Amino acid sequence: MSENGGGLRLPEFLSRGLFGRGLAGGRRQAELVAQARLSGPIPWVLAIMVALMTIAGAGGLALRNTAQAAAVELSGGITVQIVEARPEERSRQADAALALLRRVEGVRAAQLVPQDELDALVEPWLGTAAGEAADVPVPALIDARLAGSLAPARLAKLQEVLRKVAPGARVDAQSTWLKPVFGAIASLQWLSLALIVMLAFATGAAVLLAARTALGNNRDTIEIVHLLGGTDTQIARLFQRSIAIDAAWGAVGGFLAAVAAIFVLARSFSALQAGIVSGAALGLLDWAQLLLVPIVAVLVAMLTARWTVMRALRGML
Amino acid sequence: MNAAGEGEIVQFDNVGLRYETGREVLSDLSFTLYPGSFYFLTGASGAGKTSLLKLLYLAQRPSRGAIRMFGTDAITLPRERLPQLRRRLGVVFQDFRLVPHLSAYDNVALPLRVAGATERELTRPVTDMLEWVGLADRMTARPATLSGGEQQRVAIARAVIGRPQLLVADEPTGNVDPEMAIKLLRLFEALNRLGTTVVVATHDVHLLRKVPDSLIMRLDKGRLSDPTGYPPRDSAATAARPVAGEGQ
Repeated sequence: MSENGGGLRLPEFLSRGLFGRGLAGGRRQAELVAQARLSGPIPWVLAIMVALMTIAGAGGLALRNTAQAAAVELSGGITVQIVEARPEERSRQADAALALLRRVEGVRAAQLVPQDELDALVEPWLGTAAGEAADVPVPALIDARLAGSLAPARLAKLQEVLRKVAPGARVDAQSTWLKPVFGAIASLQWLSLALIVMLAFATGAAVLLAARTALGNNRDTIEIVHLLGGTDTQIARLFQRSIAIDAAWGAVGGFLAAVAAIFVLARSFSALQAGIVSGAALGLLDWAQLLLVPIVAVLVAMLTARWTVMRALRGML
Repeated sequence: MNAAGEGEIVQFDNVGLRYETGREVLSDLSFTLYPGSFYFLTGASGAGKTSLLKLLYLAQRPSRGAIRMFGTDAITLPRERLPQLRRRLGVVFQDFRLVPHLSAYDNVALPLRVAGATERELTRPVTDMLEWVGLADRMTARPATLSGGEQQRVAIARAVIGRPQLLVADEPTGNVDPEMAIKLLRLFEALNRLGTTVVVATHDVHLLRKVPDSLIMRLDKGRLSDPTGYPPRDSAATAARPVAGEGQ
């Protein structure tokens, strides 16, 4: 305290003058905006949205992995079917075709599919007696790997060469069998991407509404801060920070819930023991990409809050 | 009058104010507030005191006329530059306008935080200020738990803590006991002696006589009824000072 002209003792700092006039941030300023935290909608909305986006993203990545694994598996693969009703003739043509194939330039490997594997393949449809009785003329199959691309013209030429020694030979690229499957997988991947984008928009819309509500609830405080010399940027930063904290809590919760759901789903699918599913497992890079979902969601929430608040503040004096 | 605005805190020139399409609540206001002066703004209820104060603390733009504050045209000033002017003001609102979820301490600290003071810088001033207004033991109390008089003292502490160049107070002693009213008035006077221009809106005619060097601006139905102003009592000191409306 100090003596002043009028004999009145004023707080000393009033006689000295005060502080620099910069902008400040920090926790205490953030408390200016009344915090609703878990009672507000933002954490819950973000948790649900992030969980759905993460699961959709994981689905998309798993489908991509499946497609990639299948593509690698089938790359350069052809199947030669020897369609011949008489077993002896079928066997002769199969041996001749196999011998010829092994001499053709560009064929890296060729092998006859064993009879027991063929029996196992048709067993679900024809039963166990099919192979033994040989009543049903199951074609002989040759599995071969070719170097280079499997252009239709190349396959047609190969089939023409093979038919000279095995008239019942039919050549198919293995990938063509799965073309519809790949098409369906690609569609599902686009669908998961579309879902993520739509959920991101929905997140933005929810944050926009919440930010407007928060603005309405804190209108008096905002006016006071304005009248005390607070800038739009300062005020927007308060809301942005508050909503970011809420969003971060929600995003972390949602992401953890999604991870748990993905593990449960992964265990269920792995129990299927189907070849095509085994390639769907998520790798480290996939998880790193999924980790972007909550981060981007929080960024979307922050930017939406800032944009909403700045836009509303421009309407005030 | 200094036409260039140099050396004047506030200059109103033919200012009028109407809310939306209603009648003018303030008309043809032309006056100048000089640095280091102490003004009482008086008038009956509905005379336009609060509206005039709103123009002074930049909560409202006038419908017509020109206002210069601190040498700057406050009418054409882009709104993003308004905070620079507002930080040179201290305002005591009639309804206190404390932030309800903040403590008395945080309410008083608010202008300093807005201005960029660090927590270390502001702790002592805020504590001293609250002690000075007799609220040392109520620092952590929220406004809802404070009496009207206590809230008013918090509001006044918040208004003066930044040592503003212009202090605008709307009925600042309306809710405090006479002893505290005198003490707060002495605070305004002391700040005034340090160079702060003070404008106090009040109904209380007794208050006018307690600040001998003050000038009076009397509003009547939105107009300054005595645009030349006059001191509450004759004195050589006040007669020599510039008065509101002088030079029109």
